[in-house]
Amino acid sequence: MSPISRGFHRRHEETEPAGRVPPGQYVTHDFPVLSAGPTPHTPLANWTFSIEGAGAPASWTWAEFQALPAETVTVDIHCVTRWSKLDTAWTGVSLDVLLDAVSYDAPYVLAFCDGGYTTNLPVADLRGGKAWVAYRYDGNPLAPEHGGPARLLVPHLYFWKSAKWVRGLRLRETDAPGFWEMYGYHMYGDPWKEQRYAGD
Amino acid sequence: MEGTAVRGRLTWQTAMVSAVTDETPAVRTLVLSVPDWAGHRAGQHLDIRLTADDGYRAERSYSIASAPGEPVAITVERLDDGEVSPYLTQDVQPGDEIEIRGPIGGYFVWDGAASDSVPLVLAAGGSGVVPLRAILRHRSQVGSSVPVRLLYSARSLADVIYRSELGAEPAGVQVIYALTRQQPPGWTGYARRVDPAMIAEVAWPVAQAPLAYVCGPTNFVEAVAADLVALGYPPQRVKTERFGATGTP
Amino acid sequence: MRPLEDGVVDGNAIGGLLIEVFGTEMTTAVGTCGSCGTAGQVAELAVYRPELGTVVRCRSCDNVLMVFVQIRGVTCVDLQGLAQLA
Repeated sequence: MSPISRGFHRRHEETEPAGRVPPGQYVTHDFPVLSAGPTPHTPLANWTFSIEGAGAPASWTWAEFQALPAETVTVDIHCVTRWSKLDTAWTGVSLDVLLDAVSYDAPYVLAFCDGGYTTNLPVADLRGGKAWVAYRYDGNPLAPEHGGPARLLVPHLYFWKSAKWVRGLRLRETDAPGFWEMYGYHMYGDPWKEQRYAGD
Repeated sequence: MEGTAVRGRLTWQTAMVSAVTDETPAVRTLVLSVPDWAGHRAGQHLDIRLTADDGYRAERSYSIASAPGEPVAITVERLDDGEVSPYLTQDVQPGDEIEIRGPIGGYFVWDGAASDSVPLVLAAGGSGVVPLRAILRHRSQVGSSVPVRLLYSARSLADVIYRSELGAEPAGVQVIYALTRQQPPGWTGYARRVDPAMIAEVAWPVAQAPLAYVCGPTNFVEAVAADLVALGYPPQRVKTERFGATGTP
Repeated sequence: MRPLEDGVVDGNAIGGLLIEVFGTEMTTAVGTCGSCGTAGQVAELAVYRPELGTVVRCRSCDNVLMVFVQIRGVTCVDLQGLAQLA
């Protein structure tokens, strides 16, 4: 039985949920960097974003990607490590635009990234104005430590699903666990249902 | 391995804080009374675990500041945005209990054995000096006369930990400071961050087969270790221990 | 060998976790990368701790050697990236 450490408490008390903040989260004004590996530095001349596994797969170079219609959105983001950051501004290409460029009927994707990181999502959660491949944050080009040149942005799910250094999506018939999901993180990750770990 | 029946030094045990000493305004040493302490080697560390009354737990690792045989002590630097270090450096009082696990580490250790009887380069970045101080104390304890140069990088003299102890400079130990942000009037020592030229001036010649121990924030350790290897130190004779704290001296 | 980034640590930092998992001191054990064959002491491997888990990588090729994730008191251990740990 561990002794209680007199007077010790967690640094960040949870914010009372009042609509904007999911349960168990606290609001931060920082932007913590959590990385499972070294920051990749892919030259833009070599960068592509691809959608694979579809009837007519697609791939865009950086120049082609920049020419796609983009939008700027302000969203709240929620990390499974309990911090939430409100009103973050991103510019990127909607997954609706990207997925419209391929013909497919698969229900799932595995997002893949420079450095080998992967994460899985239902296609439905990338559709309907809910997800982007973002390349600007707060008006500036996305910094490498935050996933630049481009990252996935899926703010309605825990932020580990917003894969940094994303290079494409592999369309799949079945939902296959990505990097953290393999080790016990939730396959879906809805912060409003506190789906942090498998079985939640 | 909580819950196993056999209690030993590899499991969590409850220690009592027996004394606290403020080394600098931001750094405090906690002396611990550990009932089942099995002894330790110079350079090892221990893990501590705190439990809040809502069950929240936090774990951290701290290098042991004392030499083998001395009461177990850790030296903690308060990080402004920290969760554990403000508690340990400001709230904890003698008589308080802390869970610890240790000693831990078989790599970043110096025992003063015959095989260790070579000149030592000790390079400390900020609170990286803690395990190196344990090594220096052990060296005195065993009556070793190996020549030592301690290169200690700190923001200013006020940030130097164990200053009077290091100032006593036991025979054969040279302490060289690199004060990176602020220097006292008349300072003739290094007034910049460590760089290859500084390492070249401080490090023992490779021909003496020296051993190096480099401890501190990762950027510091990476730079110093690379500089030593560039001088010709075999990589296996440069031992490294990296802290995660950002913002080096 | 590229320098490690600020905030990345080494195998010394997970000494306690390794004792928990392996039951013994492991920082001087030698891990051999299953991808590039580089062998190194655990204390000198690159350790990333993004709070979701601990990821240990080869210093030469960045291949993932070990992953430790602790959820609900259970530690998931993946050593598949190692050709050998001795």
